[in-house]
Amino acid sequence: MSQTDDRHPMTGNRMSSDEAAGTAPDRFGGIEQHSYDVIVIGAGGAGLRAAIAAHDAGARTAVITKSLLGKAHTVMAEGGIAAAMGNRWKEDNWEVHFRDTMRGGKMLNNWRMAQLHAQEAPERVLELEDWGALFDRTEDGLISQRDFGGHRYARLAHVGDRTGLEMIRTLQQRLVELGIDVFMECTITELFKTPATAEPSRISGAFGYWRETGRFITFEAPSVILATGGIGKSFKVTSNSWEYTGDGHALALRAGASLLNMEFVQFHPTGMVWPPSVKGILVTESVRGDGGILKNSEGKRFMFDYIPEFFKAETADTEAEADRWYDDKINNRRPPELLPRDEVARAINSEIKAGRGSEHGGIYLDIASRRTPEFIRKRLPSMYHQFKELADVDITAEPMEIGPTCHYVMGGVEVDADTQASPAVPGLYAAGEVSGGMHGSNRLGGNSLSDLLVFGKRAGEHAASYAAEVADSRTGLDPAEVKAAEAFALAPFELDGGENPYTIQHDLQLNMNDLVGIIRDGAELQAALEGIEGFKERAKRLSVEGHRQYNPGWHLALDLRNMLIVSECIAKAALEREESRGGHTRNDFPGPNPEWGTINLVLTINEAGDGVTLTRQPLPVMPEDLKTLFDTTGAAK
Amino acid sequence: MSYRLKMRLWRGDRSGGELKDYQVEVSEGEVVLDAIHRVQATEAGDLAVRWNCKAGKCGSCSAEINGKPRLMCMCRLSDFEPEETITVTPMRSFPVIRDLVTDVSFNYEKAKQLPSFKPGPRDADGKRRMAQIDVERGQEFRKCIECFLCQNTCHVVRDHEENKPAFAGPRFFLRYAELDMHPLDTHDRVELAQGAAGLGMCNITKCCTEVCPEHIKITDNAIIPLKERVVDKKYDPLIWLGNKIGIRNKDNDGRTTA
Repeated sequence: MSQTDDRHPMTGNRMSSDEAAGTAPDRFGGIEQHSYDVIVIGAGGAGLRAAIAAHDAGARTAVITKSLLGKAHTVMAEGGIAAAMGNRWKEDNWEVHFRDTMRGGKMLNNWRMAQLHAQEAPERVLELEDWGALFDRTEDGLISQRDFGGHRYARLAHVGDRTGLEMIRTLQQRLVELGIDVFMECTITELFKTPATAEPSRISGAFGYWRETGRFITFEAPSVILATGGIGKSFKVTSNSWEYTGDGHALALRAGASLLNMEFVQFHPTGMVWPPSVKGILVTESVRGDGGILKNSEGKRFMFDYIPEFFKAETADTEAEADRWYDDKINNRRPPELLPRDEVARAINSEIKAGRGSEHGGIYLDIASRRTPEFIRKRLPSMYHQFKELADVDITAEPMEIGPTCHYVMGGVEVDADTQASPAVPGLYAAGEVSGGMHGSNRLGGNSLSDLLVFGKRAGEHAASYAAEVADSRTGLDPAEVKAAEAFALAPFELDGGENPYTIQHDLQLNMNDLVGIIRDGAELQAALEGIEGFKERAKRLSVEGHRQYNPGWHLALDLRNMLIVSECIAKAALEREESRGGHTRNDFPGPNPEWGTINLVLTINEAGDGVTLTRQPLPVMPEDLKTLFDTTGAAK
Repeated sequence: MSYRLKMRLWRGDRSGGELKDYQVEVSEGEVVLDAIHRVQATEAGDLAVRWNCKAGKCGSCSAEINGKPRLMCMCRLSDFEPEETITVTPMRSFPVIRDLVTDVSFNYEKAKQLPSFKPGPRDADGKRRMAQIDVERGQEFRKCIECFLCQNTCHVVRDHEENKPAFAGPRFFLRYAELDMHPLDTHDRVELAQGAAGLGMCNITKCCTEVCPEHIKITDNAIIPLKERVVDKKYDPLIWLGNKIGIRNKDNDGRTTA
C-alpha cells in the first residue's frame, strides 16, 4: 500500500475524505485507488496460499478480506488436511487418494483436478511445516495422519481438532513475513472488465468498500483470484459464518463466468442440535474417525442398515469387523460411520424422520463409551471445550446430540483444472470452495484444506504469470463504471420505509432450508424458485437505517443480492438434475442415473442480469490409464 | 424457557457515545451474541458488532461484559440471573471504531515486528522429524485464537497508551515463546523479547491467563520461562563471563542470537 498522509487517524486506512468535502481531486471523485498485478478476494486458506504463490512469482499482490486477517472460515475446519504422505500406512499413495476422492464424489469430479490434488497435497502440507506449523506426530516423529470418512487409509495431517486454525495461522504468519498487503474488513462488490472491443473483454479490477468507514475503494488489476468460500449462510441450519454469502460465486456470474454443479450442497452429518442458539455448529468428523459411533433413541448402531451397494465391498457389515479396522486396515473393512458424508447425513435424516431421534431432534454420537476420557481430551480438545461450554455436555461421559447441517458447496466457478482460470473471463481465477469440479457431487472430509493449498498455489502462480503477460496493455478503470458501482452500493440508503434486510435474509434461509435441503422434491424446488423470485422483488425495496460507518444492516443489504442469485442457481440446478447423487437427493428420483453421471449443469447470468440460465455440458472424460483404477461400476479395483 | 433480557449496550464512535437500553426476547441456551444479534435484527439494524464463527474458534467477538473481557459467543445467558441487566462495552485498550467494534490494528502492527520461524533444512527424505512431546509446548501457544482479550486486559497497556510502542503484549510473548521452544527453529529470540518486545515490563500478575478463552497458561508456560532464559543469560555469572570473553556465543541448544 502506498503511504500518504491521507489516512484514517485510528486505523491507518486511506481516506477518501475529499469526496465529502466536494474537492474531488481526480476522475473517480476522490475514491481511494490502488493498483496491483494480482488481487486476491478472500483470506482463508485458498486466498492466503494464492497470495503467497503470486507474490513468490513476482507479482505485486494484495489480499482483500471482509473480516480481520486470521478469522476466515478456514479456522473452523477441525479434522485435518488429506494428503497421501504414507506416514501411517506405507500402502497409501496418490492413486489411492485419487480413487477415494472420485468415488466419494460419485465419479462426477473433474478427474484432472482430483489427480493434481492427490499428487500435490503431500508437498503442500510439508511446506506448511517449513513455515512453522506444528502438526501432531507419529511415534517416528513424522506428521501424524488420522482416519476420516471415505479415505482408505489414515491420511489426514492434523493438530488435535483445530487443524484449520493451525493452517490459517501458519499462512497468515508467512504472509506477514513476506510483507504482502492486506486490506482487512474490506468488501468487494463489483468486478470490472475491459470494454468488449476487438479483443475479448478481460478483468481490469474491482470495486468495494471499507466496512469500517463505509468509504469506497477501487483496485486496478489484470488478475483477480476469487477465494471467497461458500454459500452456506443462505440456509437456516449451517456450520458457516455470516461471511458465507456466495460473494465470489455472484461476482463471477456477473462478470460473465459460469458456475458448475450448484445443486451439490454438502450437509455435514454432525452439527450440534442443542441448545437452539448453537444449532448447526460443526462437530468434527474426527469424532467418528477416532472411534465414535452413531446410535438412535433405541440404542441401535443404525449405520449398518444404510450401507449402499456402491460401498458394500469396502464397508464392514458387523460391529466386530468395524471395531477391528481402527488397528488393522489391511484385513478389515471401514466402519459404516465412516461412509462419505452424503451417505451418513441421509441415514441420520431417515432415522430422525422415522421417529428414532434424540430428545432435541438429533441422533446420538457416542465416543464416551468407546474411548478413555484422556484419549478424547487429547484428540478432540476443542470438541470437549465446545460441548462443555455451549451445551453443558461432557463428551467424555455422555453422548453428543447431533444432526445434519449445511456445510459446503461442491459447485462453484467453472475453472481450468491446471490453472484455475475461468475459461469465459480472462484474468479471473477461483480457488477453494468458490471453485467447482474438484469434489464432484460430494466432498470427502479433509479434502477441503488440501484443495485450498493445492489450487490456491496454482491459482496464484497462473494469475501472476497472466498479469505479467498483459502488463503492457493495462487500460485502467472506466470512471463511468466506477460511478455506477458506487450508485449501486448506495441504493439501500435511497429508500425510506422499505423492508428490513434481516427479515428478507431470514425468510430466504427458511426457504432454502425447508425446500432445497438435504432431501429434495420437484414440487418443493419449484416452490423454492417462486419464493426466491418473491425475495428478489422484496430486496428491490429494502432500506437500511443509520450511516455508512460500520453498518451491518447495509453490509447485509449488499450481501443479500449475492445470496439471492446463488440460491437461485442452487434451486434451479437441483430441479433440473432428475437423479440422486452425492449432495443432491431427490425424493422423486431416488438413486443415481448413469446418463446424468456424465453431465455437468452450467449456470450463467441471463441477458437482463436479473436471473440465471442453465445449460448441460458433458463431464470431462477420464483418460484410460486412470480408468484402470476403477472397475466398470466405478468401484475400487 | 424464554424471557425478556435487559441489556445496556455502548453506542457511539471515537467522538463519544453512551450506554443505551434495549430489551429483547431470549431463550434457553443462548449466549450474549445471540441477544446482540436479536437487537440488531429487530431494533438497531446498524448496531456494529464484529463476529464470525460464533463457536469460540475465530476470536472476533471480544468485548467487555459487565466489565469482564470475554467472547460474546461463549458467554452464556444462563451465567446471569434473568432479571439482571447485562452491560456490554467495547474492549477498553483499543480505540473504538463504532459501538462494540474496536480498532485492533495495534496487534497486527506488533505481529509484523516479530522475526519469523527459521528452520534448518529438511531431512534427507524430504520430511521433518520432531517428537510429539517437543511440539506440545508450542502447540499450547498455537491454540491462540487472537481474540486479543489478553492484550486488552494487560495493565501495562490498558490505561497506559504511552507503553504501547515498547510493549508487544501477552499474545506476542506467546509467539516468542512458541518460536523459542520450536524444536527446529534456529534463532535465539530471548534478547529480542526482552528488548524490542518489552518482556521486562510484564510483572506477571496473570491477568492475561485469567481472561484467555482457550485457557492457555500464558504467564506460567510462556512468559515466565522466557523471563528465566533472559535472567540466565544476563545474570548467570559464568555465562556472563563466557559471553564477555567470547568463548560462549551460543545458547544451550546451539543457537546464535537472532
